[in-house]
Amino acid sequence: MTNGSDTSRYRRLLVTTIAFAALAAIAIAALLVNIFEHKQEARNPFYRVVELNDTIDDPAIWGKDFPMQYDLYLRTVDQERTRYGGSEALPHSPTQADPRTVVSRSKLEQDDRLKEMWAGYAFSLDYREKRGHAYMLEDQTFTGRQQAKPPGTCLNCHASMVVTYNKLGNGDIFKGFETVNHMPYVEARKLVKHPVACIDCHDPSTMQLRITRPAFIEGMRALKASQGIPNYDVNKQATRQEMRAFICGQCHVTYYFRGAEKRLTFPWSKGLKLEQIVAHENEDKVTEWSHAETGAPMMKARHPEFETWNQGIHARSGVACADCHMPYIREGGLKISDHNVRSPLLNINRACQTCHRWPEQEIKDRVEEIQTRFYDTRNIALNALMDLIHDIKAAKGAGASDEQLAAARDLQRKAQFYLDFLISENSMGFHADQYAVKSLAEAINFCREGQLTLRRNIDVKRAGVKPLSPALLSQVRPTR
Amino acid sequence: MKSFPIIVLGVLIGLTAGLGLYTFVYAKGYSYLTNNPQACTNCHVMQEYYDAWEKSGHRAVAVCNDCHTPHNLVGKYLTKTENGFFHSLAFTSGRFPDNITIRERDYQVTESTCRSCHSAITLAIAGPHNTKTISCIRCHFDVGHSAAGFVMSDRTSPSEKPDDERF
Repeated sequence: MTNGSDTSRYRRLLVTTIAFAALAAIAIAALLVNIFEHKQEARNPFYRVVELNDTIDDPAIWGKDFPMQYDLYLRTVDQERTRYGGSEALPHSPTQADPRTVVSRSKLEQDDRLKEMWAGYAFSLDYREKRGHAYMLEDQTFTGRQQAKPPGTCLNCHASMVVTYNKLGNGDIFKGFETVNHMPYVEARKLVKHPVACIDCHDPSTMQLRITRPAFIEGMRALKASQGIPNYDVNKQATRQEMRAFICGQCHVTYYFRGAEKRLTFPWSKGLKLEQIVAHENEDKVTEWSHAETGAPMMKARHPEFETWNQGIHARSGVACADCHMPYIREGGLKISDHNVRSPLLNINRACQTCHRWPEQEIKDRVEEIQTRFYDTRNIALNALMDLIHDIKAAKGAGASDEQLAAARDLQRKAQFYLDFLISENSMGFHADQYAVKSLAEAINFCREGQLTLRRNIDVKRAGVKPLSPALLSQVRPTR
Repeated sequence: MKSFPIIVLGVLIGLTAGLGLYTFVYAKGYSYLTNNPQACTNCHVMQEYYDAWEKSGHRAVAVCNDCHTPHNLVGKYLTKTENGFFHSLAFTSGRFPDNITIRERDYQVTESTCRSCHSAITLAIAGPHNTKTISCIRCHFDVGHSAAGFVMSDRTSPSEKPDDERF
């Protein structure tokens, strides 16, 4: 009896020990393989499986040679929000004109002032929160602004253009660029297939960064000429680190369409600062629309990330766009740049902590403090602009002549460009915080000056009273 | 036939031990018992910290362990064991940030080793009671391995704590 129970206990012990020993062996073998893999990944695993050249624009084909970069590139479809930027996916019932099933929130619906600011211009029709690179072509194709029948020029920044420009220009991208500018958007749209792709930034044989957009080449040449450097060739003279910002500066900049040929032009002939840009556009007599409520001759500012970053401390320290928006990411033993281009706030460890050793939360708090201060100032400036628009509108309604309104209209043109420049800029003031708030202060000043000018020109003439006095000044409403 | 299970058992345990020993040697496990800073670069993620240390002033007087483990035998090997385990876990699972962050405990260890070697200066600053309200590496963050520096984790946030609680 005792003997039998001993035997069964012995058996159980044996089976348990065997099981544990086997499990331990499995675990150790798995660890061994893991260590082996880690040792392997420290080596360079690049295999060229496809020969790339300048006729291949499909990023999936480039992705065969660079699967890790391609995989990250595809992730720009993710819609993520930061406190002041990004967007979340909103369901959209597809229509014939707009078959998108997902869109982002309308900024116009969140803030009526934007609609009034752009009254009479396409931006008052549709203006939405930003989505990732993956959506650039789709969102442009189906935006409500298509009602304004834009030119093919717009595709310069919303599609992969290298193959198209080369084909239309027989190898000359400038000729191809001009041809596309002349076409209506809907016609030109048929010539392109992909949003910005590998080929737009990289040389297919060396993977070196390269500039492929004629407007940037011309803009940089004009800018460098103003600094005393003639015939600047960005593809030959820019450093590698400069290229890591210039690549983005091909599109994340303000621009206008020059003349009847709708040539995409960057207003940089005097410099990249706001007053220099306004001086350039004034000299070139740029008027993109007449304001529907005030009749002021307007110009539109657009997403000037590159120009604004240039005024900030990061640019001064030699930190390029890619350092924060495409920071290095560890893939096995390799470090590659993160091709999931996005807000650094979604990626603080890689984007910021390479240089700033503070805890993530501390860094996030600092950035959001800068952005909140900017946002509050922006609201004050928008209110000031509304006040000026309403005053001009009232004076116009009361029968003021164009001559009497001219000075106020000119101040609206300038104030609104400053304000638009900073509102369209996609960092909520962060790229150059002091510059941004200083420029808003100037915009507020232009608005109030415009209101004062009206009172000087109109009230004095009509009623023969009310010269500028402290009492009158108090009538200039501060903020709403 | 009663000896058969014992043979099986012996083979299995021997196999496990052999496999374990091979893995230990293959992964240079013995190197972790030494003071050699190259042991830390067995994992390639530490390479840039090692490279930066090699170009730092401290290279002449201190290796990794001198700053990152306490200056007593028990504390040293406890810290080595604990960090060894968590580093292996992180590196094997791949769950760690690209810019490695320092934990509160390790931050304190490093702070204490500064004060151990530089006591003449730190005592003069902090006073005889060594109140520890000032952190050496908050300002001298780049003395050990400058370019790579170190990054505080969310739990290493001196700014969130009252002065007398720090370190």
